[in-house]
Amino acid sequence: MKKEFDFFDRPKNQLILFLSFIGLLILLLGLDFFVDKHPYFGWDGIPVFYAFYGFVGCVLLVVIAKNMRPFIKREEDYYDDK
Amino acid sequence: MMISSVFPPALLFIAGAFLIPFLKVRAVKSAYMIALPIAAFAVLMSIPEGTYGMMRFLDHELFMRFDRLSMVFGYIFVIITMIGMIYALHVKDDSQHVAAFIYAGSALGVVFSGDFFSLFFFWELLTLSALYIIWSGGSKDSHGAGFRYLLVHLFGGLCLLSGIILRLFQTGSIEFGYVGLDLGLSSWLILIGFAINAAVPPLHAWLTDAYPEASVTGAVFLSAFTTKTAVYVLARGFPGAEVLVVLGAIMTVFPIFFAVLENDLRRVLSYSLINQVGFMVVGIGIGTSLALNGTTAHAFAHILYKALLFMSVGAVLFRLGTAKATELGGLYKTMPLTLIFCVIGAASISAFPLFSGFIAKSLITSAVAYEGLILVWLALLFASAGVFHHAGIKVPYFTFFAHDSGKRPKEAPLNMLIAMGIASFLCIFIGVFPSVLYNILPYPVSYVPYTADHVVSQLLLLCFAAVAFGTLMRIGYYPPEKRAVNLDTDWLYRRGGPAVVVYFGRPVARFTAWLGGTFVHALPRALIQFGKNPTVYLKIAMDTILLPIRTPDARPDAKKELAAAKENCPAYVLKPWSIGSAMAFATLFLGIYMLVYFIRSMGG
Repeated sequence: MKKEFDFFDRPKNQLILFLSFIGLLILLLGLDFFVDKHPYFGWDGIPVFYAFYGFVGCVLLVVIAKNMRPFIKREEDYYDDK
Repeated sequence: MMISSVFPPALLFIAGAFLIPFLKVRAVKSAYMIALPIAAFAVLMSIPEGTYGMMRFLDHELFMRFDRLSMVFGYIFVIITMIGMIYALHVKDDSQHVAAFIYAGSALGVVFSGDFFSLFFFWELLTLSALYIIWSGGSKDSHGAGFRYLLVHLFGGLCLLSGIILRLFQTGSIEFGYVGLDLGLSSWLILIGFAINAAVPPLHAWLTDAYPEASVTGAVFLSAFTTKTAVYVLARGFPGAEVLVVLGAIMTVFPIFFAVLENDLRRVLSYSLINQVGFMVVGIGIGTSLALNGTTAHAFAHILYKALLFMSVGAVLFRLGTAKATELGGLYKTMPLTLIFCVIGAASISAFPLFSGFIAKSLITSAVAYEGLILVWLALLFASAGVFHHAGIKVPYFTFFAHDSGKRPKEAPLNMLIAMGIASFLCIFIGVFPSVLYNILPYPVSYVPYTADHVVSQLLLLCFAAVAFGTLMRIGYYPPEKRAVNLDTDWLYRRGGPAVVVYFGRPVARFTAWLGGTFVHALPRALIQFGKNPTVYLKIAMDTILLPIRTPDARPDAKKELAAAKENCPAYVLKPWSIGSAMAFATLFLGIYMLVYFIRSMGG
């Protein structure tokens, strides 16, 4: 039998991917201090503004969504005819 | 304007569709289904810009308009029809292909309508063919969702029709061009009619209700046409309508919260569809040439990557019969090509540099920033990070990675892979060579998407959104996928509808039944009986009233006496009229009426 394709399940590959992602982050953060900026409003040209906004935005997104669950989550057959 | 011999592209699809059932050889049928969009593309290429009259209807000229705005939509509609048809080649049920072609043809019809009458005709045809596609999902859920879809869209259609008629009275013209909001009610009715098809909240829930219930192949078509024809008509009719900036910004933000919680991945994609259309609606609301270019470019790019995402999740649904995150995971092992296509779609929708979303969405966000709308700009930026979060990461991650579901489906069928391959190619091609798309936009483009700070900023935004996702997953805060229904505004009619029936409809029905029983039956009968035999009737009435207050031992006798009196009273048993005598009366009155009318007209 052919061996199963399991590239992403091997810890070694996962580590390589993780480290290259961290490397990319560091590279991008470094570049952010050097590129020639054309900010729209001024304050959006501050280094790491986009990184900060992306991170905080997504954390808030999940926090808010998670706290919406008690209000909007119902059983899967909620709308079925009783 | 002159009548000329331009062949309506819509007709090519709508009439061409009906040949499909007669093609019995499979290869011929497949070739025909692919050739038809190619032919339509050739027809579009050959039509010079301008307006072309078609026919006269109720003293009004119906005509088609081919200009730079309508042509972009025409091209992408034809392209996606071909991709969708390749994706659907394996489907044996011809009626689905016919419906899909009529649906695509209606969209072309709307886009090239120069007047409101033809627009309305194709608008309704669009709704009906979409309904058929939703029902082709075949489940009980798709049946119900289809009916709800129909009700919402019929409401929208009626708003549009009322608006068109009012406008006709106000302006005397049925030309469909810039509408604006200056004419009051008529403009607003048209706007509401358009906005419902664009899934503008709070009238958006039909989309997330119905699209995930359509067939695997049907959802691909649905994701492309209804909302984007609406974007086109809004861009044509209401550029610069400020209300659309606000509504569009809301559209970009609110669906991502639902998308984070939703378990059905096709529903996640439906929420992100609303989010993406929100960007386009914002662009329309701003109405500058940069913004309208952005809206058009984004519609073009969006149709490709959204269809691509629906196709990749559809392939999984086709193989496994489910698209629920709770039941998927680890599929990369056996569906690696589908994974690659899915990731290309995800990268495009998330606007990664070198993918189509980046060069299209940037136009809109820049247009917003140039207008100085800080809050809207921040909302769009948040929505950009959010869409990457759910459509870019969540969909591929929960399908192909996450916990291994143990399922080992086969790779998607060849026709699906080819369709996804073409869409993927186009997503990357447009991303790498934006000028190809920029050159066909309605206004000249001087925008440069690939500047160093723009690329770095976008990558930072997206990568740190990914960091947030990873961190929250790692510490276990991320809300686990759960099989559930999440309430949205469709709750109002899905729960409100039955409530109206129970708390309002039924009491009213009982009341009218009582009114009818009393005034149409009981009261006339009593009067007739009274008139025929007043003394006996009064005695019977008296006895009936007195019966309850007689002494218990006298009651049985009184009852018998009353029954006997009723029996003997000849007027009490009332025969209903026979149909014959009723007809005779009706004829008699008609005769009298005609006689009176005749005499009067003689005298006059």
